[in-house]
Amino acid sequence: MIAVYLETRDGKIKKSSLEALSEAKRRAGELGVAAAAVLVGAAVADLAPGAHALGAAKVYIIEDRALGDYSSQAYAVALAGFAAETKPSALFFAATARGKDLAPRVAARLGASLASDCTKVAVKDGTLEFTRPIYAGKAFLSFRLKSSPLLATLRPNVFPLGEIAGSGGETVRIDVTIPEGVVRGRVAEVIKEESAELDVTEADVVVSGGRGLKGPEAFSLLRDLAAVLPRAAVGASRSAVDSGWIGHQHQVGQTGKTVSPNLYLAVGISGAIQHLAGMSSSKVIAAVNKDPEAPIFKVADYGIVGDLFEVVPRLTEELKKALAE
Amino acid sequence: MNILVFVKRVPDTESRIRIQHESRTIAEDGLNFVISPYDEYAIEEALRLKEAKGGTVRAVSVGRDEAAAILRKCLAMGADEALLVKDDAPESYDGLRTARIIARTVERKLAGADLLLFGKQSVGADNSQVPAMVAELLGLPQATVVTKLEIEGASATALREIEGGMEKVVLSLPAVVTAQKGLNEPRYETLKGIMAAKKKPVPTVTLDELGLGPDDLASRIDVTGLDVPAARQAGRILQGDPAETVRELVRLLRNEAKVI
Repeated sequence: MIAVYLETRDGKIKKSSLEALSEAKRRAGELGVAAAAVLVGAAVADLAPGAHALGAAKVYIIEDRALGDYSSQAYAVALAGFAAETKPSALFFAATARGKDLAPRVAARLGASLASDCTKVAVKDGTLEFTRPIYAGKAFLSFRLKSSPLLATLRPNVFPLGEIAGSGGETVRIDVTIPEGVVRGRVAEVIKEESAELDVTEADVVVSGGRGLKGPEAFSLLRDLAAVLPRAAVGASRSAVDSGWIGHQHQVGQTGKTVSPNLYLAVGISGAIQHLAGMSSSKVIAAVNKDPEAPIFKVADYGIVGDLFEVVPRLTEELKKALAE
Repeated sequence: MNILVFVKRVPDTESRIRIQHESRTIAEDGLNFVISPYDEYAIEEALRLKEAKGGTVRAVSVGRDEAAAILRKCLAMGADEALLVKDDAPESYDGLRTARIIARTVERKLAGADLLLFGKQSVGADNSQVPAMVAELLGLPQATVVTKLEIEGASATALREIEGGMEKVVLSLPAVVTAQKGLNEPRYETLKGIMAAKKKPVPTVTLDELGLGPDDLASRIDVTGLDVPAARQAGRILQGDPAETVRELVRLLRNEAKVI
């Protein structure tokens, strides 16, 4: 069985988790084993149909009042307990903020090594082989895990969602006791960004700005452009962030986030190697830069050589028109 | 406060990475090695806490002798002591192996710490595993990817980055915290600090002295391939009147690339 921990937020399963479940279902099919899902929380049983629909034969429910607010310690006890009881051959997580926080604790608790932030999972010789970027994507490492269960976090936005085919399936409750005194840290509050902007790692389109923007004001041009497109987010190069023009959570590159959207639009970004590392796995790259020799054009599928202050507002208008058609 | 900061020696982010295909390793010649950038935020935070509340800051690295250079940087920035855990093994990419070494080091050599600070990930292996594994092995609470940290008595409040917002995590000390960009602005070493750091010893401890055996130290990651990504081909570059190039770009994105 390949099991997938399904992360919930605001009473819904995260899309990244459903991507991980879809991938688990595909690989489980190849291996001739079942795919299953695990939900953890104070009241999560209602979410099981969403996992059944994507092909999870069984959905395991771990409910406890102590699991209401996220705590890496309590959740690690729950998931390690689940693994000890059901003995999955593999357990996947989405490589989200929570997945990256939680999976290593589960791994240490189970004494099993962990494949982090995988971009590919393959079946080789009857077992799973994982591929993940290292050096922010300057190189790719493929490997097998010699411990059990096979633990992996899967990068969001990389694995396609499966067809909604099944409906119904088995729901199994797992009783886990969180011992008194074990939990010494937990989330007290979730603070949403006022603008509720989509994170660059989860966006289908990333519109990024760099030094060429010459100041914080021009990011409003990029925000206007992003607002036209569905599931678009604004990104930035390190120099734009270090100049204080935009928050670091927008930074794409080796000391920022690694993204792989359908479309990455680089505006006024020259294309330093540490930036390219963070975005070159994008499906399509387009660039706007006034310097025809800018390195970004060497990786871009499409480029416009021109003044971004003229190009971007026009692009926003053209996209509006095109999408209205 | 008794603070431990864990740092790693990595190639700087401007490095072009080359692969030695036979050994499936990264070619090290020509690379410039530095302290992993996120670890700088960790050491800076430790120094600020010490300045505010007193106590000691000890910097620890697991690695080869060359890692002494980054420990000297920590000393030059203001750390009181350093410790090099000598591990000559090549990069295994197995976070649990490193976490076991660190957890044992803390238990045997550095007991009694209030706070264990790490960078949110090492630049390079990019695993983001070791700190949370150390926390679990030592039974400590954690806050990872932290951009704000406040300590009040025996408890800490941390803001950690999540998709589209922040989580406020409340921890009782001792705890593990990992630093994200934005936590602070790391200081530069002063000349005085650099000179003083030269005189400070960098003691070492061996894996043998920590009582770690072959089973603890075996990597459970069996590397089957290491490659650079296929180079992207330069595409269609449009020049000329912005009205026309923009119209053409939209047409290409819509009809050829089919991404909008």
